[in-house]
Amino acid sequence: MQETIEKTQEMIAHENAVRQILEQNNNDPSRLIPILQQIQDMDKYLSKEAIMQVAVELDIPVSHIYGVATFYAHFSLNPKGKHIIRLCDGTACHVKKSHGILNKLYSKLGLSDENRTTKDLLFTVEIVSCLGACGLAPVMVLDEHVHGQCTPEMAETLIDEIIANEKAGN
Amino acid sequence: MSDVKKLTVNGIEVEFTTERNILEVARKAGIKIPTFCYQSELSIYGACRMCVCEVATPAKDREGNVTYRTMLMAACSTAPMDGMIVKTDTADIRAMRKVAVELLLANHTVDCPNCVRSADCELQDVARRLGVTKVRYRQNDKPQPIDDSSPSIVRDPNKCILCGNCVRVCRELQGVSAIDFENRGSNAKVAPAFDGKLNDSACVNCGQCAAVCPTGAITVKQDIQKVWDALYDKTKTVAIQIAPAVRMALGEEFGLAPGTNVEGKMVAALRLMGFQHIYDTNFTADLTIWEEATEFKNRVLNGGVLPMFTSCCPAWVKYAETFCPDMLPNLSTCRSPQAMFSSLAKKVLPAELGCEQKDLFMVSIMPCTAKKMEAGLEKFNEEDGTPETDAVITTSELARMIKSMGIDFAALEPSTFDKPLGFGTSAGLIFGTSGGVMEAALRYAYEDLTGTKLEDINFTAVRGMDEVKTASVTLNVNGQDVTVNVAVVYGLRKAGELVKKIKAGEMDVQFVEVMACPGGCISGAGQPIGVTRAKRVARQDGTYATDATAAVQKSQDNTTVADCYQATLGGQPNSHEAHHLLHTIYVKRDIVK
Repeated sequence: MQETIEKTQEMIAHENAVRQILEQNNNDPSRLIPILQQIQDMDKYLSKEAIMQVAVELDIPVSHIYGVATFYAHFSLNPKGKHIIRLCDGTACHVKKSHGILNKLYSKLGLSDENRTTKDLLFTVEIVSCLGACGLAPVMVLDEHVHGQCTPEMAETLIDEIIANEKAGN
Repeated sequence: MSDVKKLTVNGIEVEFTTERNILEVARKAGIKIPTFCYQSELSIYGACRMCVCEVATPAKDREGNVTYRTMLMAACSTAPMDGMIVKTDTADIRAMRKVAVELLLANHTVDCPNCVRSADCELQDVARRLGVTKVRYRQNDKPQPIDDSSPSIVRDPNKCILCGNCVRVCRELQGVSAIDFENRGSNAKVAPAFDGKLNDSACVNCGQCAAVCPTGAITVKQDIQKVWDALYDKTKTVAIQIAPAVRMALGEEFGLAPGTNVEGKMVAALRLMGFQHIYDTNFTADLTIWEEATEFKNRVLNGGVLPMFTSCCPAWVKYAETFCPDMLPNLSTCRSPQAMFSSLAKKVLPAELGCEQKDLFMVSIMPCTAKKMEAGLEKFNEEDGTPETDAVITTSELARMIKSMGIDFAALEPSTFDKPLGFGTSAGLIFGTSGGVMEAALRYAYEDLTGTKLEDINFTAVRGMDEVKTASVTLNVNGQDVTVNVAVVYGLRKAGELVKKIKAGEMDVQFVEVMACPGGCISGAGQPIGVTRAKRVARQDGTYATDATAAVQKSQDNTTVADCYQATLGGQPNSHEAHHLLHTIYVKRDIVK
């Protein structure tokens, strides 16, 4: 019972938050992309519930919003982890064996090409085409920090540090 | 400069006025440039690149000499200009079109012999025209599941060429947007939101997406086998009802001119196929008028909810239940003629035909795909849970059945419908066109309310291909002039706009007819594939031509309906018995639009 109440309260709070974003954008359907960006900033992804709420409140067909959300690689329809690892696989990083790092990340976190987010929603691994730091190849960005000339061992250490930190309750 | 504008297409000089693109002008010159994504009644999209032509556009330099700039342009999205020189077929263009078709075919499930759209397929047609005899590219796409969740429509994404016709017709004609493009590049596809099932979306089953699909990616669900099975089942008594618009288009499948009324041949063909009880939905169209006009009168006299909307079109009813549930009290409670027919038939025919109700198999032949959905609604089930309408097939499906029997349709001697449910007036027949229900109702209401005979039966203001038609009719009721404002609309986007106007108090109207398809049921998605505006007009004209020469033109003069009221329907319209058999209720649909 208590759990249901908490869940309902959470839902209402989220709906209000989305409504606030809509109001900041004057409930203007032509501002759909900035609205979706703001929702994604808040939730780290676009949930079905949020998309449906935007459809109803702005009177836009839900198929249209889904079309926009799936057109841009920037939007994610799957929940993302608390920590986002972006591994570069541009030409320079690829030549400098970024694949070794990727394989390390996958095996360490139990992920694959199809499944890029850990079950505990702690990590998401993304492959990006270029981070503009080819001189430092291979490059891995963990949250907002750039790690140049990265190795599989470095990647593993960084992840272990985060896990230790999370366990310590930070 | 002269007012007459001209351009040349393949050396032929063509005049043009309001044509919106080169493609239309070329058609005027008798040249059909291939296209998949151009639909004259929808917005221009320019996606398929099939219509690319060599266009030389004239311009004057400083000395006043005319020079030409030659470019390859998509004919559908290039406006015609005076003096343009267009070539629709050069070696380059031909080669380019061929490559484009090969690329489309590489990502297409090529199962032509067993595809529903075989021989009606534009991709097949263009490939053959261009002489594409082999495909040099490999199929790279993963096969995608077929969506057959809807009772009306089947989606096969493996045959989609992304022309967007379905997306635009759903948005621009119906205002529903049940489907849209999703993903990008090689992953792009057309699907309902969240890649869901069509039956879980806001789709209203009108089927216009299937009507504009150039391939077999969206097709009408086929129910032919159910009908054959029932026909060959010795324990079943099969009865058929045929909707008004079917006879106005069926002939096209057999080489007859659009708009030819093939009622007699159609009944004759069904008899040859072995059907013994063939009835006319025009009968319940007349019955609808008795019920609906009486309901309207009572709403006016008793201060009921106005304006009243017609409820014959199941796509419109589903639209109202989904998009404007607060208007549901405004919908006439009358069932559609199909639903009235089946419920009445299951009540009266068992005694008439000497069978048990459970062995009576009701088939309806409709121009419509939404009627397939309507037949499956739980509220139209018998008390034992079996549907009142057992199978619904479309005009195209009927044509396929006739062809499979090897019948020479055009040579058939006409036959007539069976008694007792086989007689309808021409007021029932015009139900098949936009404005027809309204006109039939006005013919009834005039005599019912004024008590005088209606001499000129033609209410021409509600006829024609305009999306919205309005009229005012003044009736002398008990010495007082009463004016009734009526509106007729087709296309659900337009209907939605009309509802908004009425709610905002910008429109004073008491009676509104709504049909989903362009020009009404004559353009339903169950009609023969490849509808053009000219065909719509021909089918409409054919309907009114039959009406003009019909022996009985008013529903109130249908004595079989009068007899039916005496025998089964409680003596008069809107009686308790009539309500039970002929009316229904509406419920709000909780679907995210």
